[in-house]
Amino acid sequence: MSAPLLTVEDLTVSFPAGRDGNARAPVVDGISLDVSPGEVLALVGESGCGKSMTALAILRLIAKPGRIEPGSRIVFDDRDILALKVTRMRALRGAGIAMIFQEPMSSLNPVRTVGNQVTEAIRLHERVSAAAARDRATQMFKRVGIPDPAGRLAAYPHQLSGGLRQRVMIAMMLVVQPRLLIADEPTTALDVTVQAQILALLRELKDELGMAILLITHDFGVVNELADRVAVMYAGRIAERGTRSEVLGRPMHPYTQGLLRSIPRLSHRGEALAEIEGVVPSLGSWPTGCRFATRCPKVFEPCDGTVPESVVLSASHHAACHEIAQRRRTAGTPSK
Amino acid sequence: MSWIGNLVAVALVLGALLLWRRARRSRLWREALTALRRRRPIALTVVGVFVLIALMDTVAWTGGGGAEGVAASKPRSVLDRIFSPETFREKSYSAPFARTEFIGGAALTFPRRHPLGTDLLGDDVLYKTLKGVKVALLIGGLTCLVLIPLALLFGVSSGYFGGRIDDVVFFVMSTLASIPNLLLLIALIMALGKGTLQVCFALGITGWVGLSRITRAETLKLRELEYVQAARALGVSNLKILSQHILPNLAHLVIITFALLFTGLVLSETILSYLGIGLDGSWGRMIDQARNELSRDPIIWWNIAAASTALFVLVLCVNLIADALRDILDPRTLNERK
Repeated sequence: MSAPLLTVEDLTVSFPAGRDGNARAPVVDGISLDVSPGEVLALVGESGCGKSMTALAILRLIAKPGRIEPGSRIVFDDRDILALKVTRMRALRGAGIAMIFQEPMSSLNPVRTVGNQVTEAIRLHERVSAAAARDRATQMFKRVGIPDPAGRLAAYPHQLSGGLRQRVMIAMMLVVQPRLLIADEPTTALDVTVQAQILALLRELKDELGMAILLITHDFGVVNELADRVAVMYAGRIAERGTRSEVLGRPMHPYTQGLLRSIPRLSHRGEALAEIEGVVPSLGSWPTGCRFATRCPKVFEPCDGTVPESVVLSASHHAACHEIAQRRRTAGTPSK
Repeated sequence: MSWIGNLVAVALVLGALLLWRRARRSRLWREALTALRRRRPIALTVVGVFVLIALMDTVAWTGGGGAEGVAASKPRSVLDRIFSPETFREKSYSAPFARTEFIGGAALTFPRRHPLGTDLLGDDVLYKTLKGVKVALLIGGLTCLVLIPLALLFGVSSGYFGGRIDDVVFFVMSTLASIPNLLLLIALIMALGKGTLQVCFALGITGWVGLSRITRAETLKLRELEYVQAARALGVSNLKILSQHILPNLAHLVIITFALLFTGLVLSETILSYLGIGLDGSWGRMIDQARNELSRDPIIWWNIAAASTALFVLVLCVNLIADALRDILDPRTLNERK
């Protein structure tokens, strides 16, 4: 595999916790991941586990009072993002790393035509004439499958359906050909049939433009459709990561196992749906050891006190779990 | 000084034409204007007539028109030339279309020529009422010119940037809002002096807090919307986000508030006049002067009636337009208007 396009190391994002002014709680706690060119990495986890914060941190868009803690490292295309000047960072956004959002209803400005917004995106990063930008926008609209592309340029967002708006959004973000696309739940707000179309479109465009995608989702169906590799997040940490077949086929971490078991299946008709006991601990009251300790069916002694280290299961497959580590030790296989 | 007034009049007309042409280029505004014309034809016409009268009172030049003495060296507006108040006057009160003076019954110089009668000094009331149009529009317009930029500057910056800026702006707003408005107004006018500009400035300073609160709240909401986030993710600068994404989405609010503020300001001038710090020639002043005449018997009603009716008609029409604008300018209802 070629050198990674994006490398995130020990990324910690914290927010002020409680009434005490100085206390800060990490929302993302020392996570590391990497994305290679042309690859799709899916970041999976339930609401509030820090997926979106990770995405925003990569673009350095964490709003105050949140902040990226020192010691974090984000490298994109051999450039240290956290050390970039503000103007450089702004130039990188959109041109190097683009992001599409969950809600196509509100991610376009209601008082400006979509054509206007797409051409703005082009002219922001490239010196081209308004006419040339319009041509490019029309081309891109056609490419993302918008019928009557030239006519649609003059449309306002409210005149388009949700699926069309998401296509406009994709066109807007991809028209300057970024190397990495961060897709934050790109299909969650869409109908199932439209979801499939959008996913197919993303896959095509990825191959065509050779860009990498960081896909943020909580839907394993989407993961299965699109992802090459998967990282499962729980309460600010990465529980397990590996290739799609490793994580979906042979999940090792109890949390991943629980998640996959809780997907409703037609063959299990009439049975109660499997669930993970308990609820996600709220921010600020996360367990000190393994974050999943309060809900884990396999919880034992070390889980409460110490943070589990990543166990190497294969070159690409890692899981952070004491139980797996101990099984490894007793079986005599060396663990990291 | 008359050339300044003429210049302002020309600039206003040119500016309005320019705005009109720009508005016609954007479909949103074009449709809004058409809808407004269809929904409020009468109110629009009335306001148009008022603006025309004010313009006629603004364009002025010296000489000609049969004025004598001191009046000849002063620039006279179109309105002055039509009425020529120096000669077209009586000795004192006369009722509308009267042949004789109200008190005493002496014959008038211009019998049956004063449709709204004359006032204490014998001036034609219709003329004075028409003169008041310009003052009223000035109070509304000029004050908004001070008030809206102030409100937007403070409201948008505090809402968008938050943090310390927000704290400071909010402190200023709370302080200003906690001082009784009228007191502050009187103090400001005492300090700045009486005059159209000064009174408008004082009204602007005391009135921006409300609009500022609205724009701040709206900016707070807009800032978190995904298209602003998306713009950030695209690498758009703060200034451009403010000018292209935040301000256009505040435009409808500003226009509606402008229309509502306008009437409020015109009315509040009446109160200032009552306190003796209003503007010369305003309707408020006319009403104030006519106040004592109401206690006479037989009653002298035409003076106060003319000023009040003019005030009422202007305020009603602008309010009607504001109301229609509120319905029209919400981008979310664009689809329902066909």
